[in-house]
Amino acid sequence: MRKIKELVIEKLILICGLASIIFVALIFLFLLKEGLAVFNIVSPFKFIFGKSWYPISEPAQLGILPLILGSLLVTLGAAIISIPIGVGCAIYIAEIAPLKLKEALKAGIELLAAIPSVVLGFIGMVTLVPLIKNIFHLPTGLTALSGSIMLAFMAMPTIVSIAEDALYSVPKTYKEGALALGATHWQSIWRVMLPAASSGILAAVMLGIGRVIGETMAVMMITGNAAVLPNSILVPVRTLTATIAAEMGEAVVGSEHYFALFAVGIVLFVISFIINVTADLFLHKRQ
Amino acid sequence: MPKGITGMFRKWMIAFIVLIFVPLAYAGLAKNSIQVKGSDTMVNLAQAWAEKYMQKDALNFVAVTGGGSGTGLSSLISGTCNIAMSSRNIKAKEIVLAKQKGINPYEIKAALDGLAVVVNPANPVAKLTIEQLAGIFTAKITNWKELGGLDEKIVLLSREVNSGTHVYFKEHVLRKNNPNGQEEFAPGALMLSSSQAIADEVAANSAAIGYYGMGYISSKQKPVSIARDARSEYIMPKIENVISGKYPISRPLFLYTNGAPSGIVKDFLDFVLSKEGQEIVLATDFVPVIK
Repeated sequence: MRKIKELVIEKLILICGLASIIFVALIFLFLLKEGLAVFNIVSPFKFIFGKSWYPISEPAQLGILPLILGSLLVTLGAAIISIPIGVGCAIYIAEIAPLKLKEALKAGIELLAAIPSVVLGFIGMVTLVPLIKNIFHLPTGLTALSGSIMLAFMAMPTIVSIAEDALYSVPKTYKEGALALGATHWQSIWRVMLPAASSGILAAVMLGIGRVIGETMAVMMITGNAAVLPNSILVPVRTLTATIAAEMGEAVVGSEHYFALFAVGIVLFVISFIINVTADLFLHKRQ
Repeated sequence: MPKGITGMFRKWMIAFIVLIFVPLAYAGLAKNSIQVKGSDTMVNLAQAWAEKYMQKDALNFVAVTGGGSGTGLSSLISGTCNIAMSSRNIKAKEIVLAKQKGINPYEIKAALDGLAVVVNPANPVAKLTIEQLAGIFTAKITNWKELGGLDEKIVLLSREVNSGTHVYFKEHVLRKNNPNGQEEFAPGALMLSSSQAIADEVAANSAAIGYYGMGYISSKQKPVSIARDARSEYIMPKIENVISGKYPISRPLFLYTNGAPSGIVKDFLDFVLSKEGQEIVLATDFVPVIK
């Protein structure tokens, strides 16, 4: 009886384990099946490097360069803001903070991760957007920069918790060795701990960026969604994710617009796949 | 330990059974229900109709969801709703797709709506022609100075492309009813996902201009009076001006069903077009189709 139970549970768990892989494969196949159809209407080159996105006009103009650049710009901005703060926070928690403060900070970071993105978007819309408008004297505060700042908040928990983990798993003897050789606390962090944990920290950064590029709701609410080629971080941009979310409802199933949105999904999938694989490579290198 | 596992197992079984049977029970209840889906402009109106209608007959259930006219029509085509709300005519392409799936879209004009063009109350510009509006939204006119306002760059606010309001504004204002027109919204126009988002941004931004159904006007925005051309009279977006046909940008609001309505759907639509239904239209700041 016990043996049968063991066997059943083992197989059930095996199915659970395989399920995730099967789901990913099915999703990717479905994306390919629906998205590749758009290349009957527009060439891949024109699709990726086309400068105007008017999907419901006759004839439709399906160029997603402004969307790709919009996504990359917002992500780059968020990375520039969140990486120094996130890694700094991780160093403080792992190396410097006294135990009590450490616990409080960790709880705070977890709380930050628990805020739903639509709430962050809403807060950004009422507080950050008018602020940016006034500081830079812009015609509107719905800009890539607003999106970057809000998304930096979203990337930070990922970066902090994984980077802190990486620092924590550096053998204690490294630090002790450095201190014994007469290095100051900061020298041992900068010259010994950080290089030793570098692959883990890079993985943390990549995963944080992965979270940002796939984020939809907050960017849709505060980046203005204008499909222009951005020439600075202070202009409105339209991201890949926001485009899919905003337009999928309209797209008539089987129309060119529908296929184009799936193709946008493929582009997004490929980008986040590359980011995740890079992060994974860094993580494995560490081990 | 084995006892614990059996206990867990039992719990999961119960959860599983509940998961399967609850939706089934709902499906049984939902026999008398109508799914209404589509235009965000019409959501409040349809919700008001549904509430009144359900009060009269508690057995019938009307569920109303928004998402945009395109969303409504595509779910009518894919058979996931009974009635599609749309603030634009169904497109020829959509009819072809519907026919392929064995759906025959049937059109009912349920109300009229005036599209208001709004600016910030601090903006001195109070009247515009259609020509000027087209110029503004295609970015031929980029500064309020050119229209007699302050020296400020115009911030364009538009609805997303899934909005019937967006499509109507493009066809009837930007392209001035010319079916072969090539005018597009300026790429720099901000695409906001709801009429309320446009209302909020106009209230907060002195250089903004946006458009939406008359029902969304509040004291925080200033509606602009509109003239067909420079020689015509400038008309405010008001219910009486839409009824009389004087206001230049008003549009019909449609309900689409699969084939001529029958059964409970017909019952609901009869209510919509009844005197009582049309009074609700007026109460929600739209314009009735029957006088």
